[in-house]
Amino acid sequence: MSQSSAAPLAPAVELPAIPLLQIGTWVVFYGLLAMLAIFFVSADQGAISLPAGNAVHEWVHDARHLLGYPCH
Amino acid sequence: MITHNPGRKPALTPAAFLIRGLVAGLLAGLIGFAVAFAFGEPHIDDAIGLEEAAAAHLTHEEMQAEEAEADKPGMVEISRDNQKSWGLLTGMAVVGTALGGLAALASASVIGRLGRVSARGSTLLVGGIGFVSVALVPFLKYPATPPAVGSPDTIGHRTSDYFALLLVSVLAAIAAVVVARRLSGRFDGVNAALMAAGGYVVVVVVAGLLLPSVDELGTFPADTLWYFRRASLLTLASIWATIAVALTLLVGKLYDDATADAERRALAASL
Ligand SMILES: [Zn+2]
Repeated sequence: MSQSSAAPLAPAVELPAIPLLQIGTWVVFYGLLAMLAIFFVSADQGAISLPAGNAVHEWVHDARHLLGYPCH
Repeated sequence: MITHNPGRKPALTPAAFLIRGLVAGLLAGLIGFAVAFAFGEPHIDDAIGLEEAAAAHLTHEEMQAEEAEADKPGMVEISRDNQKSWGLLTGMAVVGTALGGLAALASASVIGRLGRVSARGSTLLVGGIGFVSVALVPFLKYPATPPAVGSPDTIGHRTSDYFALLLVSVLAAIAAVVVARRLSGRFDGVNAALMAAGGYVVVVVVAGLLLPSVDELGTFPADTLWYFRRASLLTLASIWATIAVALTLLVGKLYDDATADAERRALAASL
């Protein structure tokens, strides 16, 4: 990735790209966090129950239906 | 070195993208909540009304079974007023923010790698691909269902089928972008994109044909079902439209600042 040469030579055409390896770390860690967050809204206490009961399911119930996730 | 410039503000780093994605996503969640509350909730209320009317005809044994279920530890009852306001807001804000962050990292990955497409154009494209692959395609095979539709016995395989299709769709969309990029060496950019999009459609159609269909509507009224599904799709579209537009504005500004910064330093170095 030769981002250093992009700006002086052709600033309007060549966009600097972020190295994929650098983004990959963020994709792994943030990706896991985002999937966990989406899991609690989309599927928890439906098909799989992490804390037993129905409090999470009941609280986000309407969002689960309107976001199109299978609810019950 | 654009990616390492300590002391300078507009650095093009994954973190700079992620924070903008979280902001755009939270905004999308709030707008999704407003749309869902205004257009979706009336039909959820209708569906729950039907559910309760059906419950009035339960036998004595069925009622006892329901009460026993509700008495289990960890079972709570949340009022409809809380479900449709704070509960709905929580769900929309969490999902909107999570999706906004993912869209931002996707945008960070494609900018500078799509030929002459600008930072703004690339980010808008990510929003469009996100809506189609994450929301629209799963919806076309497994459309949203209101309360009172769906058997609790099948929630396991309905959930796994839905997420299987979502996974195939997202992976196929990522593959389509990679393929389009490869093909653009041999073909015109637009033709390369159309060929890759065609490939994506073939993959998700085959996946949709292979996965089982759901047929659990029973006698649920068709008009209420349609109004609910229309509101659900509108909610998803408003979330993705907000992510796409807000992230495009924020990332566009980030690139403008970074480019101006790089040009200033290039000028300073040449003196
Ligand atoms: Zn439900």
